[in-house]
Amino acid sequence: MEAQTPSEQMAYRSNQKKEQKRPILKRILFYLLLIVGASIMLVPFLWMISTSLKPNGATMVLPPEFIPSEPTTNNYEKVTQQFPMMRFLWNSIVVAVLTTIGQMIFSSMAAYAFARMHFKGRDKLFLLYLATMMVPTQVTMIPQFILIKQFGWLDSYPGLIIPTMFAVFGTFLMRQAMLGIPRELEEAAFMDGANHFQVFYKVCLPLIKPMLATLGIFTFMQSWNNFLWPLIVVSNEKLATLPLGLSLLQGRWATDWGLMMSGVVISVLPILIVYLFAQKYFIQGMTMSGMKE
Amino acid sequence: MVSMTKKKTFFWLCVFLLPNLLGFLTFIGVPIVSSLVISFTDWDLLGSMSFNGIENYIRLVQDPEFWVSFRNTILFIVGYLPLVLIFGLACALLLNQKMKFRAFFRATFFLPVITSWVAVSLVWKWLYNPEYGLINYLLSVIGISGPEWLNDPNTAMIGIILASAWKDIGFVMVLFLGGLQNISPTYYEAASIDGASKLRQLWNITIPLLAPTTFFVTIISLINSFQVFDQVMIMTGGGPGGSTIVMVQNIYNHAFRYFEMGYASAMSWVLFLVIFLFTWIQMKFQDKGAN
Repeated sequence: MEAQTPSEQMAYRSNQKKEQKRPILKRILFYLLLIVGASIMLVPFLWMISTSLKPNGATMVLPPEFIPSEPTTNNYEKVTQQFPMMRFLWNSIVVAVLTTIGQMIFSSMAAYAFARMHFKGRDKLFLLYLATMMVPTQVTMIPQFILIKQFGWLDSYPGLIIPTMFAVFGTFLMRQAMLGIPRELEEAAFMDGANHFQVFYKVCLPLIKPMLATLGIFTFMQSWNNFLWPLIVVSNEKLATLPLGLSLLQGRWATDWGLMMSGVVISVLPILIVYLFAQKYFIQGMTMSGMKE
Repeated sequence: MVSMTKKKTFFWLCVFLLPNLLGFLTFIGVPIVSSLVISFTDWDLLGSMSFNGIENYIRLVQDPEFWVSFRNTILFIVGYLPLVLIFGLACALLLNQKMKFRAFFRATFFLPVITSWVAVSLVWKWLYNPEYGLINYLLSVIGISGPEWLNDPNTAMIGIILASAWKDIGFVMVLFLGGLQNISPTYYEAASIDGASKLRQLWNITIPLLAPTTFFVTIISLINSFQVFDQVMIMTGGGPGGSTIVMVQNIYNHAFRYFEMGYASAMSWVLFLVIFLFTWIQMKFQDKGAN
C-alpha cells in the first residue's frame, strides 16, 4: 500500500468531521438497520439455544416462549445418554485435528519445494495442481470411495481423514506465502551451513506463520462441517462425525425439537469457541478460499 | 562435487515434495482420470466393468429426472444469487461506515458462515415448522397465515433459498468489504465538493468501481451454488414430490443408493462442464476487469 497523499488525508479528516455532524435522525436510522440485520443473523441461534433448554412438550406451545419459563438440561442429558452424541463429538475432534495437522505439514512442505527449490518441470507440475482445483469434489468422490473401499478403509478414521488431507488449496496458499520471502534470508542461512530442512523450519515457517494459521483454521472448519464425505465413507454409527450424527439424530427423533436443538448446540459450540478466539483467521481463510481461482 | 550437491538437492526435493505428490496423485489426480473413464462404462461396483461408449451421456440427456434436478438447481440459483448479492453488498456498505461496535456487528454477520450446513438446516427446519415454528408465528402476529414451507412443493425451494442466503450473506459481505476498501476516498471527497448526494455517490462511484468484485463474487457464488447439496439433503431430502431434488443429490443417489457408478460419473462430468464454463468466463474477463 502507498502512503496516504495529503488530499487523501484531508478527505479522511473531512469524513470524520461529517461523521460527527451526521444528523441524529440519520444516525438512529443507521443503527436501527444494523440492529435489524444483526437480529436476523442472531435470532435463529438464540432460538436454537432457547428450544434446547425447554422441557419436553414446551416446544409445541403457542405463543412460543422466547425465554424458557422452566429451563432444563434434560435434552442435553438425553442426547448424550441415549444417543452417542459424545462419540460423534470425539470423532469430529479426531478427524478435524488430524486432517488439519496433515494438511498443514504436507502443504507447507510441498509449497517449499514449489516456491523455493528448482527442479525440472516444476511450474508445469504446479499448473497441474492448479488445474485440478477447477474440478468439483463431486467428480472425485466416486473413485475416491472405490479407492477407500479397496484399501479397506470404509468405516475407519484413515478413510475419513487421509483423502481430505491433500486439498490443493493448501499447497496453493502456502506457496503464495512462501514466494514473498526474500531470497537473501535463505541465502544467508545456506552460507551458515544450514540444509533445506533447517531453512524450511527455521527461516520460512516462522515468516509465514499467519498464513499457516489461516490455512489451519480454514481446514479445521471445513473438516468440522464436512457432511458429504463422512456420509459416503461411514455406515457404522460409531464412526459418524457431528454433521452425519445430527442427520442420524434427525432420522430417529425427527419431531423432538428440544432434543434436536440440544444436539445442534453441541455440534456448533466447539467451532464457535474457536471462532471467538481466531475470528480474523476465519474471515481471512474464507476470503482466500474465494480468491483461489 | 557437483553431482554430490545434485544428489543432495534431489534427496531434499523428495523429502519435501513426495508426500504431498503421492497423496495428490492417489486421491485427486488418479480419481479425476478414472472418473472420466468410469463415465464411459456401465459399472455397478459389483459386476464386471464394460465400456458402453457415450451411452451414459445419451441416457442423461433423455432422463427426465436429470432435467428436473437441473431445473431445480437453476431455480435455486435464480432465487439465491440476487439475495446474497444485494444483501451481501448492503451489509458491506453498512459495515464500511464509521460506527460503534463494528467488530461485534461484523462477527455477528459472519457467524452463520462458520456454522455447518447441517446445523443451519436443522435450525431452519425448526424455524419453518408450519405449526410451532417461529417464522409462521411471527407471520401470524402481523395477521398472515404462513405457508407450509418445506412440506409444500410450491414453497419448499423458497425455504431452502432463504436459509441458504441467510447463511452465505456474511461470506459475500466480507468479499465486498475487501472491494470497498480498495476504493480511494478521494473519489467521494471530489463528489461531495460537487454536491453529489450519498445515493448518487453510491450509484456513480461505489457500484461502478466495485464491478470487478461484484463480477468475482457472482462467479464464485454461481460455482458454489451449482454444488448445493447438504441443506437440501437435511431440509427436504429432495421432496416433497421431487420438487427440491438438485444435481449433486441426483449424483449421490445414483452412485451410493443405486450403485450406478458409470451413470453417476457421467452426471458429475456434466456438472464439471457447467462449473468450468463459469470458471472459464471468469478467467477470460477477470484481467479486463482489473485494468
